[in-house]
Amino acid sequence: MTGIAGPIARELRGPTAPLMREWTRFSPRQRLARYTVWLAIVAALVWSVRSIEIIPEFLWDAPEQMADLLVRMWPPDLRYYPDAVHAALIETIHIATLGTILSFGMAVPLALLASRVITPFAVLNGFAQLLLVASRSVNTLVWALVFVAVFGPGAAAGVMAVAFRSIGFVGKLLAEALDETASGPVEALRAAGAPWGSVVLKGYWPQVQPAFWGIALFRWDINVRESAVLGLVGAGGIGVVLDDALNFFQWDKAATVLLAIFAVVIVAEIFVTRVRARLI
Amino acid sequence: MSGAEAARRAFAPNWQGRAALAALAIYSVYAASQLDIGLERIWHGFSEAGAFLGRMVPPNFTRWQLLLDGMLESLQIAFISSAVGIVLSLPIALLAARNLMPWWVSAPARAFIGFCRSLHYVIVAILFVKAIGFGVLAGICALVVASIGFISKLFAEAIEEISPKQVEAVRATGAGFAAVLLYGVLPQVASRFVGFCIYQIDSNLRNSTMVGIVGAGGIGGTLFAAFKRFDYDFVAAILLVIIALIFAAELVATRVRAALR
Repeated sequence: MTGIAGPIARELRGPTAPLMREWTRFSPRQRLARYTVWLAIVAALVWSVRSIEIIPEFLWDAPEQMADLLVRMWPPDLRYYPDAVHAALIETIHIATLGTILSFGMAVPLALLASRVITPFAVLNGFAQLLLVASRSVNTLVWALVFVAVFGPGAAAGVMAVAFRSIGFVGKLLAEALDETASGPVEALRAAGAPWGSVVLKGYWPQVQPAFWGIALFRWDINVRESAVLGLVGAGGIGVVLDDALNFFQWDKAATVLLAIFAVVIVAEIFVTRVRARLI
Repeated sequence: MSGAEAARRAFAPNWQGRAALAALAIYSVYAASQLDIGLERIWHGFSEAGAFLGRMVPPNFTRWQLLLDGMLESLQIAFISSAVGIVLSLPIALLAARNLMPWWVSAPARAFIGFCRSLHYVIVAILFVKAIGFGVLAGICALVVASIGFISKLFAEAIEEISPKQVEAVRATGAGFAAVLLYGVLPQVASRFVGFCIYQIDSNLRNSTMVGIVGAGGIGGTLFAAFKRFDYDFVAAILLVIIALIFAAELVATRVRAALR
């Protein structure tokens, strides 16, 4: 963007005109927008700091209290692992995996509906997009609260919560992958008189397959992390054990649970990286 | 390969794929039985869901004062934790970038970032609640940890991808370390840093509505209490407001991104 300052405006007509221009990075309007953003950020911060209710004593001795907690947690008592933690850990992994599989069962039809190239009806596209956005805008923990209210406490609620939160994520990415496919193979199949099912299976599927596995692994990794906290609202898994340990002040047991979660998250990440390198 | 053979291969049944699908189906049945999820339970649940949804409408906004207080507290948590998190993650990311620092500085910094990332923010929030008591401070601390984990990891990666030419040019003029950082490194990554920050502010806003479930302040506590007391019409009101906030935040984020471009 260029702005032309007043005093040199007279020089504009000569051959040196381009040299006399004053070059600025932003137009006045852009500058105003930037200042507004910064001002809004500062105002929001000042308001937050002035009106938030923090007890100063809590703030000052926070480091001390944290250190105290860590001392009480150390060393973790691994004797709890075989009979209290292990089963819950396996349950967490089952919840994450089953939830991911279930979410794909529901997300694939929605992605087919949401993709413009597969479903040429704008109304259906919009409807599917709306369902996907609704699924994404509700947090996993809220879905878990809802399904605990519906199914009662337990792993079933956790599986449903993981599945319903994942639908939006998986469906959105799959629909985008479908929209980006090349039309050549599809048109060739259509020209040969292939029915709709064959067009999808042999025209679209091979093109979105890498994206599909990538999305599945990525979401499974996220779900393993998220299913560890579902137990805090009663939706099964290792979170239940953590919650109990914390409520009974069994710090060494809580530390064992945290170590187990830590280990599973890292193992899942390594697994996903390995499989992705091999598949894609 | 003759044409006919190629044509036959192109549409041959994919036995490997079918076997994988079958294995997945068998696993699903096994896992469902392990988790004690049966068809009749699901069926029963969905008939309950009807009654549950029926109690959610119409949303009840009569306790709007409580709702507003909770939302404002969530906003405060989000703003403060984002600000502190951004300020802290800038130096940590610089320390963790392997092309700026020797390994004995970057390795501990990377380990610290990995530690911040590994635990879910709600678990971190619980630990802070247990250590420093109920309230917004625990929520702020938890989200600061999450922000450091996200921003400094991506920012350190961005710094590692910069072109070394400009850094060398600045260094060749005899500039000190600070000047190299300011004129050689940061201009190359500033816009990406702003992008990461906006993304993290957005997710801090979402997460600040959730940390209250474990007692770390914000609307989450009100939501959890309403669930426990079966006030499902109030639950519906809270959820609607949270979703509206998330949508509004996304709109603002798009605008801000355009303004700061």
